[in-house]
Amino acid sequence: MPETLVALYIFVLSCFIGYWVIWGVTPSLHTPLIALTNAISGIVIVGALLVTGLEGVGTTAEIIGFFAVLLASINVFGGFLVTNRMLAMFNKKKK
Amino acid sequence: MMEISVNAQAIAYLVSAILFILALKGLTHPASARRGNYLAMAGMVIAIVATLMGSEIRSYGFILAGVAVGGVIGTVIAMRIQMTAMPQLVAALHSFVGMAAVLVAIGTFLNKQADGLLNGVLMGELSAGIIIGAITFSGSVIAFGKLQGMISGRPVKFKGQHLLNALLAIATIGFAVHFALTESTVSLAIMTLLAFILGFTLIIPIGGADMPVIVSMLNSYSGWAAAATGFTLQNNLLIIVGALVGFSGAILSLIMCRAMNRSIFNVVFGGFGTAAVEGDGVADAAQKGVKSAAIEDAIYWMEDANKVIIIPGYGMAVAQAQHSMKELMEQLEARGVEVKFAIHPVAGRMPGHMNVLLAEADIPYENVVEMDEINPEFATADVALVVGANDVVNPAAKDDPTSPIYGMPVLDAGKAHHVFVIKRSMRPGYSGVENRLYYQDNCSLVFGDAKDVSEGMVNQLKGSAH
Repeated sequence: MPETLVALYIFVLSCFIGYWVIWGVTPSLHTPLIALTNAISGIVIVGALLVTGLEGVGTTAEIIGFFAVLLASINVFGGFLVTNRMLAMFNKKKK
Repeated sequence: MMEISVNAQAIAYLVSAILFILALKGLTHPASARRGNYLAMAGMVIAIVATLMGSEIRSYGFILAGVAVGGVIGTVIAMRIQMTAMPQLVAALHSFVGMAAVLVAIGTFLNKQADGLLNGVLMGELSAGIIIGAITFSGSVIAFGKLQGMISGRPVKFKGQHLLNALLAIATIGFAVHFALTESTVSLAIMTLLAFILGFTLIIPIGGADMPVIVSMLNSYSGWAAAATGFTLQNNLLIIVGALVGFSGAILSLIMCRAMNRSIFNVVFGGFGTAAVEGDGVADAAQKGVKSAAIEDAIYWMEDANKVIIIPGYGMAVAQAQHSMKELMEQLEARGVEVKFAIHPVAGRMPGHMNVLLAEADIPYENVVEMDEINPEFATADVALVVGANDVVNPAAKDDPTSPIYGMPVLDAGKAHHVFVIKRSMRPGYSGVENRLYYQDNCSLVFGDAKDVSEGMVNQLKGSAH
């Protein structure tokens, strides 16, 4: 099976997982869900690292990659921390 | 740095993907949600470390600089942001994901070109990543502007809007195809530019009150952008995560649309809603035969009530009235009144917006009840207090087939013995529809800013301590 087709299999099956997992999320946590998925989509940082860290590339790609790493890092750090802040608010009244 | 094999890296990515799935699963309940967030953090750390240890990465200078700067900015924003500004923050973060996806795609193109590894499929995937990323970016920038009040929240409509969008979309795809076939950098540049413009023209017509759908949709787009990047880089982790996030946003959009009884198509292309001029509340109200009440009147009925149901809306968020709501709740509970908060799914500017604000004010989540669960309780409530909500309590949605919002599920506030509505003016909700609730005999309007009025109520109650 060609690699692109394998990728398509993985993609479609992941869509099903997403579908079932997300319907279970309680409506009161929809804002934290958006913040968390936002942080998780910071996974593009992996792509950014691969672009930036390739040895022997022209500086243009490295600089583009640097900005991609920077933006994705804002997402990863900002997203997880703000989600944590919100969830702490939901948790603290469990007396 | 120690190097790991491609297989070890693949296993690490798999572990990371599992952690992300479990993290989302954790959000099914507030008690397990925080653990979920930690699992996702662990997944992210594993993914990043595994990538850095792979043989593909040989220089670390720019990477460390980017992570350091981005990390500091992200941390500072996350610590300082006010809860009422969550919708704006989320929109801004979506735009970063979109832009990062565009940059990754362009950077990959340059790298692969230098190595002579370009092919049609790869360039098609690159184009998809760039287009989705660019639309996510500019759409999120507009959404941010609207939420922040930098751009008018009104739907901006002009003739030929749909035609323009259709032409832009066709042209964007046309240049993408040309790029994939010929490797033309010019086509790549034009395609990228058009996609940025398309994101702008798609979101600008959508009104402020449809923001819950837009925020969810852009959340979804940011996921698809990550997935497209995964296809380009043949990276399964990005594909899995992108699909999870993409579906999460899509499902939220669907839930929001159902809560407004509108199709996603109608929200995206409808441009429904008008913004009326704000007039003098009390004078307008008298003209229209609506009763207005003073704070004392509302307190008179609330302090001896058995049950009070509070219905918060966007007005509460704007006025930052959530903390005075908490005080009001405490004052009433001290008098033996049962206080509950009724949440409509589209109250506020993003899904779950009200829940977060009430949680911030320390209101126990047991007191915060979703629409379907609370609706039967209104008939037994002595007072329903509507705080800055409008269309979500309009009975016309249930019994007036001619109303534009007919069929939208609403909170049955009108069934309470007494209804008090805190409102700044007689301005209708985003739908531009008159609220029939206000003309009911049991309903009175208390004019003023949600925070001022609720603080007034709290002071009144403190003054009349039993």
